[in-house]
Parts: sequence; C-alpha cells; structure tokens
Amino acid sequence: MTEILRTEKLKKYFGAVSAVDNIDLVIEENLLTAIIGPNGAGKTTLINVLTGIITPDSGRIYFMGEDITDIPTNKRVVKGICRSFQITNIFPKLTVSENIKIPLISINKMGMNMLAHINSMKDINKRAEEILVVTGLLEKSGVPAGNLSHGDQRLLEIAIAIAAGPRLLFLDEPTAGMNPIERVKILENIKKLSSDRKITFVIVEHDMDVVFYLSERIIVMDKGRIIADGKPDEIKKNRNVIDVYLGDEIL
Amino acid sequence: MVDNPVEILYKNRGKIFVGIIILFLLILPQLSGVYTVYLTMHICILSIFALGFNLLLGYTGLLSFGQAGFFAAGAYACGKILLAYPSLILGFIGGVIFSGFVALIIGFLCVRHTRIYFSMLTLSFGMMIYSIAWKWRDVTGGDDGLVGIPRGAISIPGLMRIDMSPMENYYYFVLSISIASMYLLYRIVNSPFGLIIRGIRENETRVLFAGASLRRYRLISFVIAGIYAGIAGALLPPLESTVTPVIAHWSYSAEPVLVTLLGGINSFFGPVVGAILFFSIKDIIVRFTEYWLIIFGSIIVLLVMAFRGGIMSFINDIIFPKIKALSEKRSIND
Amino acid sequence: MFEKLVFQGLIGLSNAMYLWVLSAGLTLIFGVAGILNFAHGSLFMLGAYFCFTFYGTLGINFWVSIVLSLACVAVIGYIMERFFLRHIYEIDVSYQLILTFGFILILDDVVKMIWGGVAMIPPLPQFLEGSITIFDRPFPIYNIFIIITGIAVAGLLWVFLDKTWWGRMIRAASSDREMAAALGLRIPLLFSSVFIAGAMLAALGGALSIPVRVVAPGIGSSMIIQAFVITVIGGLGSLKGAFVGSLIVGILNAYGILLFPFFELFMIFVLMSIVLLIKPEGLFGR
Repeated sequence: MTEILRTEKLKKYFGAVSAVDNIDLVIEENLLTAIIGPNGAGKTTLINVLTGIITPDSGRIYFMGEDITDIPTNKRVVKGICRSFQITNIFPKLTVSENIKIPLISINKMGMNMLAHINSMKDINKRAEEILVVTGLLEKSGVPAGNLSHGDQRLLEIAIAIAAGPRLLFLDEPTAGMNPIERVKILENIKKLSSDRKITFVIVEHDMDVVFYLSERIIVMDKGRIIADGKPDEIKKNRNVIDVYLGDEIL
Repeated sequence: MVDNPVEILYKNRGKIFVGIIILFLLILPQLSGVYTVYLTMHICILSIFALGFNLLLGYTGLLSFGQAGFFAAGAYACGKILLAYPSLILGFIGGVIFSGFVALIIGFLCVRHTRIYFSMLTLSFGMMIYSIAWKWRDVTGGDDGLVGIPRGAISIPGLMRIDMSPMENYYYFVLSISIASMYLLYRIVNSPFGLIIRGIRENETRVLFAGASLRRYRLISFVIAGIYAGIAGALLPPLESTVTPVIAHWSYSAEPVLVTLLGGINSFFGPVVGAILFFSIKDIIVRFTEYWLIIFGSIIVLLVMAFRGGIMSFINDIIFPKIKALSEKRSIND
Repeated sequence: MFEKLVFQGLIGLSNAMYLWVLSAGLTLIFGVAGILNFAHGSLFMLGAYFCFTFYGTLGINFWVSIVLSLACVAVIGYIMERFFLRHIYEIDVSYQLILTFGFILILDDVVKMIWGGVAMIPPLPQFLEGSITIFDRPFPIYNIFIIITGIAVAGLLWVFLDKTWWGRMIRAASSDREMAAALGLRIPLLFSSVFIAGAMLAALGGALSIPVRVVAPGIGSSMIIQAFVITVIGGLGSLKGAFVGSLIVGILNAYGILLFPFFELFMIFVLMSIVLLIKPEGLFGR
C-alpha cells in the first residue's frame, strides 16, 4: 500500500483542551478508512487541520510526500484534498448543475474567463453531467439547490466535493439526517466510487452500521488521540474501544 | 413540439424588451427636448455606476461605501486631461484607466476583510480620496473643483472629427458607452467568473473547497466595480463642464445603493430600472417640494423592511408568472 | 511653543469629549445589539436641534432643556429600534447599514422642514460664560465644563456597567447573546433599553454642542463619520476603546489643524485604514 497522507506529531489545543493531541497518522491510498469516536473526540478538528481551515499548533502534514502544513485550503484542494461537510454546505440559490460547475470551473482554471457563457462550455457541461449521473441528481439539474429534499442535498454535498477532482476525500458524516432508503443510495455510491480506485475516501461517521459496512480500516479517536487503528474485525474485538465507545450494544 | 407564438415571445421577452428600449433611446433626441436628453444621460451615468456597485453587492456579497471615490477618480482624471488637451476619447480612457488603477490599489487592501470591516475600510479609503479632492487645491481646485472643462471632440487626426458641442452628439457617445459597458457586464456575470463570484456570495467556505482563492476573485470584482464607477465618473465632466469634491463624499455613494435596492439586487437590470425610477420620481417630486430626500429615505426604509428584492423581483416573481399562466391557459383553449 | 501645544491639547481634549459621548452611544448599541447605526450622527443632530428649541427659542432653563431633548431623542431611538431594526436583526448586516442610512436621509430633511437651514447660536448660560487664563491665553469655562461632563459620563457608565445588575447583564449579553437569554434576560427589552440609552448619549453630545458649534442639517453625517473612525480605532463594541479613540481623534484633530492644516482629515482616515488593516478588532477589541 502506498501512503497518500501522513501527519507527524500534529497538535491543536483550544485553550487547555487538546482537540488533536500528538497525532501520527498515515492514510493509505485507495483504502476506505473510517474515523470514529465519541462527540468531542477531535474528529472534525482533525479534518479541519488536515484541510487547512485550522492551523495546527505544531506538527507537520505531508500529502503525497509533499509538506503542505503551511499552504492555504484552496491550494490543498488544487493538490487533491477535498471534503464534504457534516452540516449541508451547498449554494442554496444556485441550481444543482451550477453547484457542480463551481468546483469544475475553479479546478480547471477557467475562473478568470469572463466572456464565455457558462452554458457554452462543453467540457465543463459534460463533466458536470457525468457527476450528476453518478450521484443520481441529473433530473434535478435545473432546480435551485435550496429546494432539494434533505437527502438530495446530502448527495449534492458529496457531488460538489467529487467535482473538485480530489485524490483524497474526507466525508464528514455523509449520512447525517437521512432516511434509510437515501442512506443505502449514498452508501452504494461511496462504495462504487471507492472501488474505482480514483479517490481515497476517509469518512467520519457516528452510525456503526455504516462504518462496518463500508470501511476497510477503522481509526478510533478519543480526547484528541488515536486509541485504536485496524481492520473492522479487529476493532470490534478491541477491549479499549468497547470501553470508550462501542459500549455493550455491539456485544 | 412547436412552441406557440406567445410562448416564443414570452421566452425572448428579455431580448425584445431590450431591443425596444435601445430603439427608443436611439430616436429619443428626435422625439423630445434637450432636457429629457440631458436627464437620460444622467440616468445612463447612474446606471453604469450602480451596475458596477451591484457586481459587488448583489453578485459578490460586498457592501462598499467607497464607490464615490472611484467615481470621483474617473471624473477628476477625465476633467484634468480635457483641460490639458481637449480630446474626449483621451479624457474618457484616461479617467477609466486611472479609476481602475486606484481601485486596484485600494481593493488589494480592502478585500482582506468582508462584511462590516470591508464596508468600514471602503468608507475610510473613499473619504481619503474625498479629502484629497477637497484639500489639494493645486491639483483638484479645492472646494471650487475643476471648472470650464471643454467637451472635447472625438478626433483621429487626418481621418475624422466629430464635434461634441451639440448635446445630441454627446448623448450618442454616452449612449454607446452605456450600451457597450452594460453588454460587457452582462457577459461577465454570466461567465464562469460570474458563477464563481455568485458562489462566493452564497457560501465562501464552499468556494474555498472548490479550490478558488476568495481574495483574488473579490479583488477582480472590486476592480471591475471601480472601473464601472470610473466610466460613469468620466462621462460626467464633459456633460457638466465642472467637477466638484461633493461627488467624492461618502454620502454620494448612497445613490448607487439606493437605486440598486430600488431596482433589485438579484436582477442584472435591477440597478438600471432603479436609476430610471430614481430620476423620474425625483424629477416629479422636486416640482412640488424641495424635500425629496425624505421621500427617498422612506423608500429605502420601506424596501428594506418589506421588499428586499426590489422592483425587479416583484415583476419577476409576481407579475410574470401571472402572464405566463395566462398564456398557458390560452394555448390550452386553442 | 510648549505652551501653545498644551493649550491646543486642551482644546483637543474638550472636542474629544463631544466625540466620546457620541461614540459611547454608538459603541453600546453595537456591542449589545450588533447594529452599526449610521443614523447615530442624526440623533446627535436632533439632540442639538431640540436643545436649541427648548433653550434658545423657548428660553427654558439650560439643564431642563438638556433633559427634555434627551427624552425626545430617546423616543425617536425607541421607535427606530422597536418598529424597524428589531425586525431585521437576523438578516444580512448590509441591510441594517442601508436601513439606518435611509434614516439619515429622512431625519436630515425633517430637520430642514422644521428648523430650516442653519440655526443661530444661542447665548451661553451665565454661569458657564467667561474664561480662565491658561498660559496667558483665555480658555473658555464652557470647554472645562465639557471636559468634566465627558469624564463624568465615562465614570457613570463604568459604575453602571460594573456595579449594577443591569450593567452586568448588558455586558453578558454583549459577550454572549445565548448565555444572556439562558440567564432569563428578555433580549428584546434589553435591546430596546440599550438603543434608548445609546440614543440619549448621542443627544447629550448634540445638546451640549449648541453653545459652541454651528447647528446645521449636515452635522449628522459629519459626526457619524468621526464616530466611525473612533469606534474603529478603539475597537467596535469596546467602551474603553471608544474613550481612547475619542482622545486620539480629538487631539489629533487639534494638533493636525496646527501642524498640517491641509491634511488633518486625510490623516484621520489614514489612521482608520491602518488600524482596520493591521488590527481590525481595534486597539481594545476582543
């Protein structure tokens, strides 16, 4: 397995509370990884640090061998790190297809084109359509994103992230607030995209069914530290994890 | 399926409407007196000013109180050039370039902030320009401003020369510039660049995660708005033959704010509709009372409290759907 | 030269105190309600005009006139908050700026309609007339009165905010709105009272200014711009910042006129821009 992202002694404190405490972590390419842990374990902070929203207090981050600790979020996205959000974070007044086109335009460096009409850009339109087909949103391409159902907004959330063409994609609770049917749809999508081996997914999730169904590797966090790391079967048996997080219900 | 004629007309309503307006404006000097032509030029100037302002507010989500500064930069530069060398084209281009240059420098500093801090910074820089215009008497003429600015001819030596002293000729110049700059801005807001800035207004974090530099897009939007203020400003001195520091004062920035809100910030032509209404209403009110600001203040309050979409969204959301419903009904009956 | 500088500093100090009283109101409202009130300068202007009418035209006692004008402006401030701003707290801040901007236009014209153009300067109350001699120059007693009043307002505000229950609630609300609500504080009531208090401070500044300053319809927009400069320099929402900011601007103005008579206005805005660029939260902001 080749590494895609690595951290060295990564630290982030909020006052006296350590949200990310001395984390050394290697994310492997094309291995669907899940990060789990109780509320306040530091999962979202870790994603924020890795994507450049929050600056770490100390430590380094390497992406495909390159030190990216000091480069801003948007440049990390260009290099291939993207994310989706726990709370739906779309462009509500723009149409579904415009939502997809923003990352496509930006990533293909066409954002400074001021004279072409958006609808006349063949490559962008084609790629947008592909993504809409994959995520099952094609029929709704002309609808303002704010008018979509919650489930479709969650799908769009992921579709926008995919449109940025990432090599490494963090999904922050992709199934939050979905009904079971929507949930299956989105999980199938993620599984299929992951098996295409173009994007390495890292998901943060609360729902254990989702985690064990999807992931090939599970990282368990608590109080800003990694307390367990391994294959789903190993994690299920890990005494530490059961005490802190899984509780008795799994047993 | 073949669309019925009503449907075709309805689909192209925008183009048809714009065509009729342009046609009307072209023959306006034959239809009416010199005062209407003069007023129309002011409407054009304010429209361009406000369209640029709305690129910032309506499309990029930035409220600037310093636009009067760029308007003044364009006006003063154009005035100075015309005083030195009476060529309209030279004065106009000089004014536009100068305002763009000023907007680039100020914008570079202002786009570091958003929301209230951005508004305060633009206000502060705008007032710096005002204090220069007001106090640097040797260059700007101080309180009196620049006076006796000639309306230079358009000339290419040895080839052509159009005298601009008749009001009508200058009207066609202002009209051409207005139509050209509106068309250009229309292209810009519908371009990939336009989509990205609309994205920034809606959700800046997400644009960051689309891999775009927010500052760069905001800066370019700021410079374009500054250039549009400058275009409007540069059209003023040849019309009025004077430039005074009042146009640089922050309260003058209120005009584009007002007309943009009046017309509607969510519609491209909102500011233009607002400018037309502004001058028409003002022209009527001042016949009855000198207190026209109280009327406009009340209109602003009413718009903010109840109609934040302005006139255009009222037409688009309420009137047009009714017309459409009517036309569909008819086609079913056919 | 030294004496001239000290004297000019005293003039600056008394100017600073008008600005302080004005900016204190602006800061209080911004700190608690998060509203940057463009029309705050217009409230200053109204305070001046009301006081002019009561004291100058109707010949009512100076102190009573001040109290009456404060009451009148308080009513106007209440109307602005209760019937307008309250309904748009949740929407984009741009609309709040634009709305209060509309108030400026309205109030400017209302003032013109009622009082006409430039108002006359009424005579000083007798006990504030005259001057004392500082470094062989006459320094008006009224300026000393203003300096004392400004410091008294600062002291009263400090005692109120630090020592009373209401004051502590206001501070709590300005640092954390949700917490204040959790403490059982009725936020609408709090916002209204703060808005009224802020309006009264603006009116006080205006009322005190009439014996020495020209009262004219345009003063609203020229005062608000100075108040903005001050609150930005001191830090939006910080009273301590507003006080220090007022001193800086007042004294810089006084020396500016002496040292660089052409660019004192320019310098103030350079200062404001620098603060916004380097430390946007201001000298005393959080």
